Amino acid sequence: MIRRAIGVVDSRSGAAPFLTKLLRYVFPDHWSFLLGEVALYAFIVLVATGVYLTLFFEPSLSNTVYHGSYAPLRGMEMSEAYRSVVDISFDVRAGLLIRQTHHWAANVFVAAIVLHLLRIFFTGAFRKPREGTYLIGLLMLMVVLPEGYLGYSMVDDLLSGMGLAIGYAVAESVPFVGGNLALLVWGDPYPGHAAFESRMYITHVFILPAVIGTLIAAHLTLVASRHHTQFKRTKRQSERKLLGLPTFPGQAPRSLGLMSCVAAVLFLLGGLVQINPIWQWGPYQVAQSTNGAQPDWYLGWLIGALRLVPGFDLRIGDYTLVPNPFWGGALFPLLIFVILGIYPWLERRLTGDRGYHNVLDRPRDAPGRTAFGAALLSWILVVFFAGSMDRAVVTFGLSYAAQVWIYRAALVVLPPLVFLVVRRICRELQRSEEVEEDQHRAEAEARAARA
Amino acid sequence: MRRLLAALLLWLGGGRRRRREREEEKERIVEPAPKAPRAELVVVALLLCAAAAAVAFIVFYAIDGLRGQTQWFGLALGGSFAFLGAALILWGRELVPVEEIEEDYPEREHPEEQEAVERIVHESGTRITRKRLLTAAATAAGGAIGLAALTPAVSLGPVFDTGSLYSTPWRRNRRLVDEDGNPLRVDDIDEGTFYTAFPEGASQDTIGAPLVVVRIPAGEMALPADRADWAVEGIVAYSKVCTHAGCAISLYRKPLFPPTAPRPALVCPCHYSTFDPARAGKVLFGPAGRALPQLPLRADRRGVLRAAGNFSGPVGPSWSGVRRKGARS
Repeated sequence: MIRRAIGVVDSRSGAAPFLTKLLRYVFPDHWSFLLGEVALYAFIVLVATGVYLTLFFEPSLSNTVYHGSYAPLRGMEMSEAYRSVVDISFDVRAGLLIRQTHHWAANVFVAAIVLHLLRIFFTGAFRKPREGTYLIGLLMLMVVLPEGYLGYSMVDDLLSGMGLAIGYAVAESVPFVGGNLALLVWGDPYPGHAAFESRMYITHVFILPAVIGTLIAAHLTLVASRHHTQFKRTKRQSERKLLGLPTFPGQAPRSLGLMSCVAAVLFLLGGLVQINPIWQWGPYQVAQSTNGAQPDWYLGWLIGALRLVPGFDLRIGDYTLVPNPFWGGALFPLLIFVILGIYPWLERRLTGDRGYHNVLDRPRDAPGRTAFGAALLSWILVVFFAGSMDRAVVTFGLSYAAQVWIYRAALVVLPPLVFLVVRRICRELQRSEEVEEDQHRAEAEARAARA
Repeated sequence: MRRLLAALLLWLGGGRRRRREREEEKERIVEPAPKAPRAELVVVALLLCAAAAAVAFIVFYAIDGLRGQTQWFGLALGGSFAFLGAALILWGRELVPVEEIEEDYPEREHPEEQEAVERIVHESGTRITRKRLLTAAATAAGGAIGLAALTPAVSLGPVFDTGSLYSTPWRRNRRLVDEDGNPLRVDDIDEGTFYTAFPEGASQDTIGAPLVVVRIPAGEMALPADRADWAVEGIVAYSKVCTHAGCAISLYRKPLFPPTAPRPALVCPCHYSTFDPARAGKVLFGPAGRALPQLPLRADRRGVLRAAGNFSGPVGPSWSGVRRKGARS
């Protein structure tokens, strides 16, 4: 049976040699290598649930009056877009499950990408010959953020409107071209042309997913062509020799099992844990906003940055060159991505290590990199947590103004401190290992001498 | 019929025997591993559980008016995937040979092919005499075609005319109305809270329309001299859209104990820019880079609030290139 099927395929495509290679491709075994897979499987869930949602969502801002089954909104004027999402939530059977699963999957997707990036960074997996794979991964993260933002923005509930207003202000703040850029994208001064909804829609359901899919394909092709990196756990492993499970039969059931588990977690979250209950926010109007609004977690660093920047527009006489939102909303994320993007070359220049690396570092083995990464991470995290200052006012009764100053101080003090402490920890860990090794060697020698 | 069945069985059995013989002849590719009948049974049980949970999902779907239907959906579908995942992972650990195989990393570079590519490119260009001229012409063609392809994008919006960003629906004598179109009267405005107002007869859904109206307690008003007549009996009006990032200003800070509490202020809930309504919308705190644009007010003979002109400056978030001159109607 199998033989005959292979025969049919091979004689038509010549795929048999490729297939044997594919089946015996080696996957090194380490839990942290699964983070990228989690992201991939979350993406699959996103596409599947997203396609279902497009069958019901109406990307239109034309006015309508709600007559659905959610009583508090009945008789209220709203856009078709918002109405259709309320309908998905209440009147399409399983619609709420799919919608919430889609939203949860987006949050998990970005989280998995970020954790995967941390793994890649702290183990030095970005080094030659994998710089391209690393850059494609970063690019994916840059695409995924606006993809998620558009997803909850086109719903046209109160929160999405507030998010779009901020997005519009950030677009307007780009030096020299900001006003033109915002008018180009929105089609008219805020809240923009009616067609802006269609623009968001096509970008969210087609353009960016296609870009992400293409980048995933390129990413995986590069991974496979240079093979996986590995931690050195045994003497048989080296820069030239890879050790691990073959795709088939070892890795395949495990990976499919992981896919099922990711789907399981996402559907359980989607069914049991409420996320973005848009019927509570109400439809968006320019004149309305609400206190305590928070974006999805992966934009928390941007709202934090927007809040921490001191209040000034950069003006030359009467001419405003750089409006305030630019610093926190555009320059800050750009700076982070540029630092991450050039890091492989920066490290190469600083360490002089231009070598070819298939074996990963443990974080302690590269104290400089680990300390730098931890410092950068602490910097981003300070800004991230600053995004929840208003919640801290409500929850802990802390003064908002005092928090602003504490966070600003932490931005300056914390990264250098983290750098020094982490570097020290790495070095101490290395030293304690050396001491242990010496001890083992001495004991072995002593045993040998006695015998 | 019976003969047919017997023949079928024989054929199946024979096939299996033949295959086994063939396997024994050749060296194995996949390492041998012991059988695990117990794990096999567990996997079977898990797979059946997954099937049961999936069927449960279909049943839940079919029930009309099931309480907590979304929760049952999530439990059933998520549970089904969880059982399937557990089965697959157990399968991967116990039912397939767990091998650790070695593989050489691929060749780092292919110098011969690299050279070949270089030569192919080089030798293909030997007919060319004016290399720079050709390159320049090709660049011109590529650039121009690229630019032409981008040109229709200009239709997306009034990209070269930022003048529209200055415009608002407010003009002299326009009445202030509430959300439902009822005129706002001087007597309607109390101290210690804020009112949202819109221009009568214009869309409420533009950035230049909404106003925040407050009445400043007597003696606290501190408008600059040139705006002394912009307030009506202590009532002032500002654009409701924050000059920082465009959110609506929907918080009014009212001191409960004036001697120690900070001044009354208008606050945006997005990034907490705070503006002083008694001092021409000056920024008190937060990231906003300029004051809230103020709308001059007057009251007609019936005591209805009307605009006495347009805003003191451009409404909404600043854009690069904005000048602080007044808004346009």
